[in-house]
Amino acid sequence: MISTVKVHLQVIGEITELFWDSLKCMTTKPFYWGRLWEQILELGMGSLSITIVIGFITGLVMTLQFGYGLEKFGGTLYVPAIVSLSIIREMAPIFTSLLIAGRIGSGMSAEIGAMNVTQQVDAIRALGTSPVRVLVVPRVVATVISLPLLTTLSAFMGIIGGYIIAYAEFRMPGGFYFNKVLTTIKFADVFGSMAKCAFFGLMISLLACYRGFQTKEGTLGVGTAATWVVVRTSIVILISDFFLSKLLILMFD
Amino acid sequence: MEKILELKHVAKTFDHRVVHKDVSFHLHRGEILGLLGNSGTGKSVILRSIIGLEVIDSGEILYHGNRIDQLPEKKLFSVRKSISYAFQSGALFDSISVFENVAYPFFEHTKLKEPEIEKKVMEILRIVKMEEAWDKMPSEISGGMQKRVGLARSMALEPEILLYDEPTAGLDPVNVEMVLDVMRVAKARGSSGIFVTHDIPAASKICDRFIIIKDGRVAFEGTWQNMEDSTDPFIQSFLTGSEKV
Repeated sequence: MISTVKVHLQVIGEITELFWDSLKCMTTKPFYWGRLWEQILELGMGSLSITIVIGFITGLVMTLQFGYGLEKFGGTLYVPAIVSLSIIREMAPIFTSLLIAGRIGSGMSAEIGAMNVTQQVDAIRALGTSPVRVLVVPRVVATVISLPLLTTLSAFMGIIGGYIIAYAEFRMPGGFYFNKVLTTIKFADVFGSMAKCAFFGLMISLLACYRGFQTKEGTLGVGTAATWVVVRTSIVILISDFFLSKLLILMFD
Repeated sequence: MEKILELKHVAKTFDHRVVHKDVSFHLHRGEILGLLGNSGTGKSVILRSIIGLEVIDSGEILYHGNRIDQLPEKKLFSVRKSISYAFQSGALFDSISVFENVAYPFFEHTKLKEPEIEKKVMEILRIVKMEEAWDKMPSEISGGMQKRVGLARSMALEPEILLYDEPTAGLDPVNVEMVLDVMRVAKARGSSGIFVTHDIPAASKICDRFIIIKDGRVAFEGTWQNMEDSTDPFIQSFLTGSEKV
């Protein structure tokens, strides 16, 4: 039991150290703008279609469920407010972050892990450069930038999807629906959603890069690292979501 | 002769396995030192320790008389521009081309303009006879070719010391000769070297001096002639490959 706690504390310590090293590299030259752009393209543009689909479907399903649920109590009029608020505050950040953790986090750890077992990470060091600067910083910055933007897009698509069902199933006029959405959503909701996602992005990329560097046991290790990242980041996202939500409520509500 | 690199009483243990008990030797300017020994005696670990990829448990590693074994990673970056490592597998970056791999040190450590870098990269690729594969990805070339590109990348900045980690392992005789030619060119360009190998005939052609590692210590140090003349049963069995080794 004590040894397990010790191992977990050690992992947390090493991830924190990686975070500080990344911060130091971000604030000193050289900064690899080209690599950052590559990562943004791969992460952001590569996840665009799946984000749109997931956001849209979430909006469809939530409106359907809330619509019929509230209809029994004559509360259909509240659907736009409830759907848009829950999408912006929770559904879009969580779904998009979990999606990115699965799609990008596992890919990052597998890529760095494969580089580690084929001595490419050692080669970066042997050539007088820092693996943190070359590999970690572009990935962390790209994830922190891209994830909030993807989440905003996902939320937007969710609201559009919600409207389609609100109109098709409950004959709700577009003007009423969007007016309710716009009067319900506050700046704090959008800001809170983006801030949460920036944090989730930081955690996904840090954990993925950390585990990539720890990969040792050849191709088997690469697969294990990818699984480790998906499981751990999902847990971290869900747990930290509770505390961040509480914090945001205390700050803005 | 000037000692440019010196190891004093270096010890290294992995978990509970003692690899080096007390390893001491030095490298003179302009020479290629053959580092021999059976598999598992930690020859590659010595090279990795020299450039700080492994941390030694005790002892000292001196470069031009200054200790480098205790330097933090950031300060080691400048040492690694002067002491370069040619990995056994080549360790090429597989997401970029042969040209970009060799150009990497120039982009990182020089302020040369792109046309100048291009000229220098092609010149080095010609030395390793890989100029026609400049646009290939590492996965598109053979293992021997990858080793040569790895050598090209490590000699790009004309380092003072080149650490060769089994560059001839698994190569056919023609490729071995090509690698030895590259090492000769590197030496002519001013790079001293430490050549870790099991390839005794290749080592005998290129090395000025030899050391043999046994049981975590230096068991022999001398020239090829000293080695051949040695009456030590271990040295003789090592050279002939008999079972006593």
